[in-house]
Amino acid sequence: MSAATSAVLQPGLRNKALLSALLFIAFLAAWQWGPGMFGIPQFIIPSASEVWREFLRMLGHDRLLYHTAITAMQVGVGFVLGVALGIVCGFALGMSPSAEFVLSPYILALQIAPKVAFAPLFIIWFGYTVYPKILVCILIVFFPVMINVLGAVRALDPDIVRLARAFTANRFQVFWKIEFPAAMPSLFAGLRIAATLAVIGVLVGELVGGNTGLGYLLTVAEGAGETAKVFVTIILLTVIGIALYSLVVAMEARVLHYLPARARLAT
Amino acid sequence: MPDTPRIEFRNVTKRFANHRQGGHVVAVEGVSLSIADGEIVSLIGPSGCGKSTLLNMGSGLDPVSSGEVHVDGELVTKPNRHVAFMLQKDLLLPWRTIIENVEFGQEIQGLSRRERRQRALDLLGKCHLTDFIDHYPHQLSGGMRQRAALARTLAVDPTVLLMDEPFSALDAQTKMVLQQDLGRTLAETGKTALFITHDLVEAIALSDRILVMSQRPGRIIEEIEVDIEDRDNPMKRRQHPKVATYVVRLMQLLQIEQAAA
Repeated sequence: MSAATSAVLQPGLRNKALLSALLFIAFLAAWQWGPGMFGIPQFIIPSASEVWREFLRMLGHDRLLYHTAITAMQVGVGFVLGVALGIVCGFALGMSPSAEFVLSPYILALQIAPKVAFAPLFIIWFGYTVYPKILVCILIVFFPVMINVLGAVRALDPDIVRLARAFTANRFQVFWKIEFPAAMPSLFAGLRIAATLAVIGVLVGELVGGNTGLGYLLTVAEGAGETAKVFVTIILLTVIGIALYSLVVAMEARVLHYLPARARLAT
Repeated sequence: MPDTPRIEFRNVTKRFANHRQGGHVVAVEGVSLSIADGEIVSLIGPSGCGKSTLLNMGSGLDPVSSGEVHVDGELVTKPNRHVAFMLQKDLLLPWRTIIENVEFGQEIQGLSRRERRQRALDLLGKCHLTDFIDHYPHQLSGGMRQRAALARTLAVDPTVLLMDEPFSALDAQTKMVLQQDLGRTLAETGKTALFITHDLVEAIALSDRILVMSQRPGRIIEEIEVDIEDRDNPMKRRQHPKVATYVVRLMQLLQIEQAAA
């Protein structure tokens, strides 16, 4: 971008940031005093300051950081493994139309089956460990990645592959220099979806059974009717999701830097 | 081997299986042609007459059903380094800069980084793209992109260029400029080219010879020597009074007036 255009853009950008900050303050204020004005009790919607106090209390008494770290670790491991599996299967099926034809009913069935329903099954198999949570996460992350990669390999202009072959490219070169980079935009679209789903996968596993993680804290808080605690865990789960999503967006900005600005999503 | 043709089709036929009606379709039948070193030959004919099929067989991407294709005296059975092709679509890879795109073919053929960069820089200079080497394809106009595609084709130093309507997606003025560039570059480098086009004047301005093909199944029905000087200067050539005579001749052969009646 030239100096001239960025100079024009900057003031607009600053205004938008200011507006965004004001909106956040307004949101906090509404949360703090809004429910009280309508006579909604604290055990239904605890005020912002009450949730903050509960957060500080949980840090000391409920090993909040430990549980958050466990959940975050499961999300991270499940996401990486699910994405890796999705990429491998997406390319493998994309390159072999006959394999896709043979396997498509099973892929479809697995895709339609609600993945969270597998959580109790995995707990029967692996007990109250981290593995069922990671497995549900892998399963839920896998599909958007695989489908997007598969679609990208299919949508590739065959003339590009023919061009590479005319330059005497072998199968591996076609993959590494054409198919793989060509699938990147779709892969990242899939990763954005997968990042939002990864937290759900782990959380459902934790809700179903176990004594670690934010999902466990959530069930405890629910049992005790501690609404502020529920709010704290929901917020932390969201923070984990946002962290993962931001990581994906940052990687995407590096990898897809060649795309015209209008083809890229800002967030 | 001065008298070995650069590229030669010997009685080539191509049949495609017709899955819907069974049996097969004959796309090209009994085509023989031979192009000498440094010669530019245009192939002209009605849509669907199998021109592109001929190019695909020439590049070794598609097998012949019968007959033989030879390039530099070698039988073509698979893609090889003697031939490079260029299509109407520029096929530039969006994730590579212009210079990286130009290096693409050399990279596949395993040339060293230094060698291919040097060659790419030379060619981009000749194609007036020196200021755009680090741009991405989407930042360039259609004409510039097709220039980059030409540089990529020349970068692998093929002896024969197979070109399938390379300028047909460009506007009329840009097209003339690129024809001029191509005519000059081919003359300077002494490359041999087989050039498919629908544009009669383009064929006349660029080529030494024009081969006219029939409706499917495609056969070569006529061969016309273009007897106009300055083959390295298509811009000057297209203003030559003889051009009109050749256009009339091609129109008759292609039965264009009958098609309009």
